[in-house]
Amino acid sequence: MPHEDSRLRVRRQDGIIRVEFIDRNILDEANIQQIGEEISQIIDAETNPRLLISFANVDHLSSAALGTLITINNRIKAKSGQLRLSDIDPQIYEVFVITRLNKIFNIHEDESQAIASFQ
Amino acid sequence: MPDLPDPSDTSPDRATLDVRNREDEVDRLRSTLEEVLVRHGYSSASVFAVRLAMEEAVSNAFRHGHAQCPEDPIHVEFVVDSSRVTVSVEDRGRGFDPGAVPDPTHDENLDKPSGRGLLLIRAYMSDMRFNDRGNRVEMEYRRPGRG
Repeated sequence: MPHEDSRLRVRRQDGIIRVEFIDRNILDEANIQQIGEEISQIIDAETNPRLLISFANVDHLSSAALGTLITINNRIKAKSGQLRLSDIDPQIYEVFVITRLNKIFNIHEDESQAIASFQ
Repeated sequence: MPDLPDPSDTSPDRATLDVRNREDEVDRLRSTLEEVLVRHGYSSASVFAVRLAMEEAVSNAFRHGHAQCPEDPIHVEFVVDSSRVTVSVEDRGRGFDPGAVPDPTHDENLDKPSGRGLLLIRAYMSDMRFNDRGNRVEMEYRRPGRG
């Protein structure tokens, strides 16, 4: 059930759930919590979730947002699902490198590459 | 875009703000700092760095420092001139020992959802120090190429 004031755009295609953020800045704690809840609901409704999160619209994110992504990743792994990230701005990608989270996330340059990587 | 000084404005900008954990107040803090950085000719990479560091310090102050007093404001000060930016964030909590925070880049901590704020501040700012109590962080960003 989507939130009335959803902070996400969600599309389903060929068994893959594609998620985009509406906000350019993923900073506010309450918004991050809502994003986490919305994506968790999507994951919980799937048997083997295949989720692609695009950062195409995102200019800024905080470590709290990274924490939510880790929680989402753990949740998907627990359901034997797959998570892909794509379209990350170079400045934001550097944050993933500094935190070494580029080692635990499956990150692709764009959506088409990410979609092709699903097994 | 290179970091170029704005010859028309070399005087420092200062701000002292008490900020509550409300989206509009934190947004105002972000936009105030960003406007001042742009006015002093800081590049988008510099603005990204300072803004991210401030964001993490503010988030830590509310999340940890004010866990028991969520309605209280934190105290933020910044000074920006053509060569450096200093930002301090103080909360009313008991403080903490920054040396006791586990390294979030160790393999065993990578899938833990929290504990990355200080790492990012250290990575993006030139200097970071806490007061003895551990409830006030002062961060300095030195403009690249200005020593």
